[in-house]
Amino acid sequence: MSIKVKNVNYTYAEGTAYEIHALKDINLEIPDGQFIGLIGHTGSGKSTLVQHLNGLVKATSGRIYFNERDIYGENFSMKELRSKVGLVFQYPEHQLFEVDVLSDVCFGPRNLGCSQAEAEKKAREALHMVGLGAEYEKRSPFELSGGQKRRVAIAGVLAMEPQVLILDEPTAGLDPKGRDEILDQIESLQKERGITVVLVSHSMEDVARYVDRIIVMDHGEVRFDGTPKEVFRHYKELEKMGLAAPQMTYLMQGLREKGADVDADATTIEEAADAVEHWLKSK
Amino acid sequence: MIRDITLGQYYPAKSVIHRLDPRVKLVTTMIFIVSLFVAKGIMGYLVATLFLGAVIRMSKVPFGYMTKGLRAIVMLLMITVIFNLFLIDGDFVLWRFGFLRITDKGLKTAVFMAVRLIYLILGSSVMTLTTTPNDLTDGLEKLLGPLKRLHVPVHEIAMMMSIALRFIPILLEETDKIMKAQIARGADFETGNLIQKAKAMVPLLVPLFISAFRRANDLAMAMEARCYHGGNGRTKMKPLHYQRRDRAAYAVVWGYFVLMIAVKWSTSYYAVMWL
Ligand SMILES: Nc1ncnc2c1ncn2[C@@H]1O[C@H](COP(=O)(O)OP(=O)(O)OP(=O)(O)O)[C@@H](O)[C@H]1O
Ligand SMILES: [Mg+2]
Repeated sequence: MSIKVKNVNYTYAEGTAYEIHALKDINLEIPDGQFIGLIGHTGSGKSTLVQHLNGLVKATSGRIYFNERDIYGENFSMKELRSKVGLVFQYPEHQLFEVDVLSDVCFGPRNLGCSQAEAEKKAREALHMVGLGAEYEKRSPFELSGGQKRRVAIAGVLAMEPQVLILDEPTAGLDPKGRDEILDQIESLQKERGITVVLVSHSMEDVARYVDRIIVMDHGEVRFDGTPKEVFRHYKELEKMGLAAPQMTYLMQGLREKGADVDADATTIEEAADAVEHWLKSK
Repeated sequence: MIRDITLGQYYPAKSVIHRLDPRVKLVTTMIFIVSLFVAKGIMGYLVATLFLGAVIRMSKVPFGYMTKGLRAIVMLLMITVIFNLFLIDGDFVLWRFGFLRITDKGLKTAVFMAVRLIYLILGSSVMTLTTTPNDLTDGLEKLLGPLKRLHVPVHEIAMMMSIALRFIPILLEETDKIMKAQIARGADFETGNLIQKAKAMVPLLVPLFISAFRRANDLAMAMEARCYHGGNGRTKMKPLHYQRRDRAAYAVVWGYFVLMIAVKWSTSYYAVMWL
């Protein structure tokens, strides 16, 4: 289920005074089963890019291949693409519309042609995955809290059982606990089902703990693409882009500057603790 | 797709038309619209075309951008043309097929009606494209100012109008976003018969209404938080003052209007209404 993005450019409102060149010559390859973090400051083109991956926005120029097939080709079914590449929008709670939670989550599978019973089964599973129990099924989505709405909306996409799951800032505006819960659930889902996950965020801290690979965007271009450790080595450049590396990177770099021979690639607190311990022992 | 509606959208550019006082533009638009109904015969429309063409040229808004607003009225335009074309009785029958026939008068009325409608939209588009919604409502408020004595809530009307105008692009953007989000969930807004299509709108309309109410609520709260309490005793940071160019523009516009009336009279006087 690989996705290949080749020389994609995108311009909003082409030919008017409001023209914005939002994507500039993007080249990416997203193989199976990876957990990817897509990072960039506000307006760097993250949302625009992910909307290309399931064909919602058509590139001004360039090609996108899904399983080696050109998605702009003639016989390509966009509907099929959208059933395989699930996209959870930024502030997805704004798209809820049904009378109760269960029916709203059923909307996706029903559109894909599932029977009502089948759709409900998938919807229940999806709700369970995002941590909402059976007691929520019959409640109106509009009387839930912001975080609960967010979960319902994410479940709405999960219920379609996509093979690639893209989440556009799923934790924006959530409290730390809600944020960790949702990210943990996404991680376990990724492990269990072996699906590809693209997590859009502008917090390095969030992403560093979970992902195998980080793609950094800046002004519509891909600046860095690699494992978190590789990317965080460029913490000075990241800072110039208005992004910050995880706090542990700063701590480790600081220690090194003071002459301590610690492993500067540690990004989480646990890794940092190990690295310091290792250094202390080796002294 | 949905962003093609240009009515009520500002197009930034540096032109004389952009710099004119909004009152001038409002009055001009009104005069232009009246003049379209005064216009008679090919001469009248020629003068109107020249006037509109010149203004569009001066506004520096790309013509293609301006005509986008016309797409919204294509249906209306077609219906008008078809009705006029086939239903008006005239002296000569130009074309006949079964019970359908086109007469000289029908053709003439259809063409003039179409031109009139198109110019109406273009004329008002020039105004909205070259004037920010804020300026527009400021102008309207000032123009209608005398009505305050009759206890017409002029300020409130102007404020409502400016909010409505401001919200058009926001709601369009929102529609676009919700549509995409539902398409990502497999929704289909394009195929199906009329009933299926209407049903498909529910996942779009419900969130849209909710978001419109939410925004209205937020805005009301934000306005109250800044102590907005209507027009009484409210002063302007940039009060409107006529400049020389505004007076010149008034002269040109009234000149145009007088010319249109002159054309109308002369054509009916000499009865050269060959059209
Ligand atoms: N619908 C639109 N019409 C016109 N321009 C747009 C539209 N959506 C985004 N843009 C512009 O395209 C650029 C990229 O926007 P995009 O939404 O992809 O950024 P982002 O990285 O997702 O930012 P954020 O972190 O704020 O979500 C921005 O400059 C934005 O102003
Ligand atoms: Mg975004």
